[in-house]
Amino acid sequence: MPYPMYLPAENSGDNKMVDQSAGGIMPTAAIRGAYLAQNRRKRLYGGVLLVFFVALMAGGFDLADARNAGGFWNGITHVFDFPAEVLGEAAGKLHELPAHFVTFLPALIETVNIAGASTLVGAMMALVFSLLATRGLALWPRAIPLFRRLMDVMRAVPEIVIALVLIFILGGGPVPAMIAIAFHTAGALGKLFSEVNENVDLKPVDGLASVGGNWSQRMLFGVVPQVAPNYLSYMLLRFEINIRASAILGFVGAGGIGYELKNAMSWGQGKYDEAAAIFLLLFATIVVVDQASGVIRNRLSATEVH
Amino acid sequence: MTALTMDHRIAASARMQKKRLFAFGIPALIFVYLAYIFISFDVAGLYHRADIDNARTLVADSYSYKTHVARDNRSGEVSVAIEGERKGTYPEGSSPDWVTLGDETVVDLGAGHIVTYAGTQVSYDIPGYGLVTADPGRNGVQAEFPAGELPEWINASKNRVTITTEAGRLTITRNRTEVLRYFTGWELFFFTLDSPFHGKGLGEMIGLAFSSDRVVEGKSNIAAMVDQFLNNKMWQHASVFWAIFETILMAFLGTFGAAIISLPLAFMAAKNFTPLRSVRFGFRRVFDFLRGVDGLIWTIILSRAFGPGPLTGALAILLTDTGSFGKMFSEALENVDKKQIEGVASTGAKPLQRYRFGVIPQLTPVLLSQVLYYLESNTRSATIIGAITGGGIGLLLTQAMVTQKDWEEVSYYIILILLMVMMMDWLSGILRRKLIKGDGGGH
Repeated sequence: MPYPMYLPAENSGDNKMVDQSAGGIMPTAAIRGAYLAQNRRKRLYGGVLLVFFVALMAGGFDLADARNAGGFWNGITHVFDFPAEVLGEAAGKLHELPAHFVTFLPALIETVNIAGASTLVGAMMALVFSLLATRGLALWPRAIPLFRRLMDVMRAVPEIVIALVLIFILGGGPVPAMIAIAFHTAGALGKLFSEVNENVDLKPVDGLASVGGNWSQRMLFGVVPQVAPNYLSYMLLRFEINIRASAILGFVGAGGIGYELKNAMSWGQGKYDEAAAIFLLLFATIVVVDQASGVIRNRLSATEVH
Repeated sequence: MTALTMDHRIAASARMQKKRLFAFGIPALIFVYLAYIFISFDVAGLYHRADIDNARTLVADSYSYKTHVARDNRSGEVSVAIEGERKGTYPEGSSPDWVTLGDETVVDLGAGHIVTYAGTQVSYDIPGYGLVTADPGRNGVQAEFPAGELPEWINASKNRVTITTEAGRLTITRNRTEVLRYFTGWELFFFTLDSPFHGKGLGEMIGLAFSSDRVVEGKSNIAAMVDQFLNNKMWQHASVFWAIFETILMAFLGTFGAAIISLPLAFMAAKNFTPLRSVRFGFRRVFDFLRGVDGLIWTIILSRAFGPGPLTGALAILLTDTGSFGKMFSEALENVDKKQIEGVASTGAKPLQRYRFGVIPQLTPVLLSQVLYYLESNTRSATIIGAITGGGIGLLLTQAMVTQKDWEEVSYYIILILLMVMMMDWLSGILRRKLIKGDGGGH
């Protein structure tokens, strides 16, 4: 190295000692040594972490494999057996597929409606909670931590927990699923909404306050128009997730296409053409909703810039 | 000029009109949709379909339990059992302090309510009402009540009498007399009746833990306590904790497995790394397919091949998330800063080295924080998938629900699930914050 360098201030204590003895200037060899040592240490830590992670993955895989009814290496050769069987049967009864589509359309609509209604209801709850949990906007500033924790808890509840309890009380059907998903959605969207609310311009709110608007008027006319595009984009994302959730909840008894799928599956061989029709309907719905919501969200974020 | 202002005015009022339409139209649309939902989900009919009794048992059971004191009227045998279960039966000749066994069995329900079994006779002294006696046998229950009309909390027929008071419930039939007393709390949560540690207070337990007297031969007291607690027959803590672990394992294996698989695939779907359009298109469709088929269908397909268990759940999460991660990672790759790659390339690095030192360091914080975010949400998914494929806490929860009586266990599982998800949320939050902070210093 052509010239000595000054040591950066944030380096460790023992280097400072070298610093003093050399009168503020460090010999190049020492810098090189220190750098290489640091590099080695970094690599060592990285290596140890990597080994630890790999061991964790391998150990976890082994454990899961041992606890599973069928082993991984046994099953992997049979992965395509079931899809092949279903598709084979469906291919044999191709002419019946359109009729099945028509049969299961109402169930599909119910699933989509569960997702739509729960997104809407959840978003309305999230709107209120998030406003109550944002500094500068909250109606009761002291209760901000309370509403934040409330949203944390709501977010943590898996939909299936509420759905199963409600099915026991209310009986099967779309309403338990809707309430369960709306509950979780309120928590999840509430957190995202309150992040959006933090960046709100307070001038319209102050203006409304100066003309005597009460809290709900200030929020509705001062805040909501500013945050609406962001909210909408998050709601669409949530709608995609909720369609999947409502299909899964149907499988545990909450109505919709998931319930039909469970029935079609339980009829077993010879009836798989119905299962195939439901698979296709569900797949198509998810893809269409994902794509449509992606397009709308892109457009929303494009207008956002201006 | 006036024409110009007129134009502006027309344009402005048209815009106002449009805005007004929006401002009123959207809430109206939402209202109409919700009204449609209200009708199509038959929310109004819910009131009739709802089973309030179920709700009542569920709520009452989740925070209280009952102890049964039953007598077989033919053999005269008296047994005391918590929740009426064999696992909670008091050993022969022992009883809680509110039951006095002997020739005459006296059950003190508290607040002056006393039930006495003497010979075949039963008497229940109800404060503010009087003494009810019965002599159940071949001729029916033969109950005698104080004079006057029977109150509605007594249900009496020839062969069956049920008295429900705020202190408990007495049921007399020809063959069996049973009194229930309700208690708040979860029964035998720590130790069952046959454990030597049952009924010991916290102070006593701490004393025992440090004492050298062996409660169980050949085992230190702490080990014995842990063993007795984990193998509690009523609650089976060991298998519950194992199920929680299994659920987290599913989420962990699925999430990180998906991340490892999707990283190399994402390069094939990114514009700046794969110039061939058809290859890119192919990989993107693969990701869309994996995501579109969705966890539910993957779970069903995989459980056919692998059977029920945590591995099936982990693989279902892995497949779905490979699609999600592949899409997100390839988008992140397209936004990578080219300068670093060029810098690495200028030192003569081969493609693989260019990726390793030019691309990966830029991406690590972004990708890892996304992966960690998914880890938390997958813990919730693993609960649901476990309920379908049969593994982890999801399975225990559905099993406990199906029996429709162990609601205290259901609430225990729900609390554990909540704690598990919140812990994962907290953990992933800490790691993500660390990564974002470390990101600033790393470059």
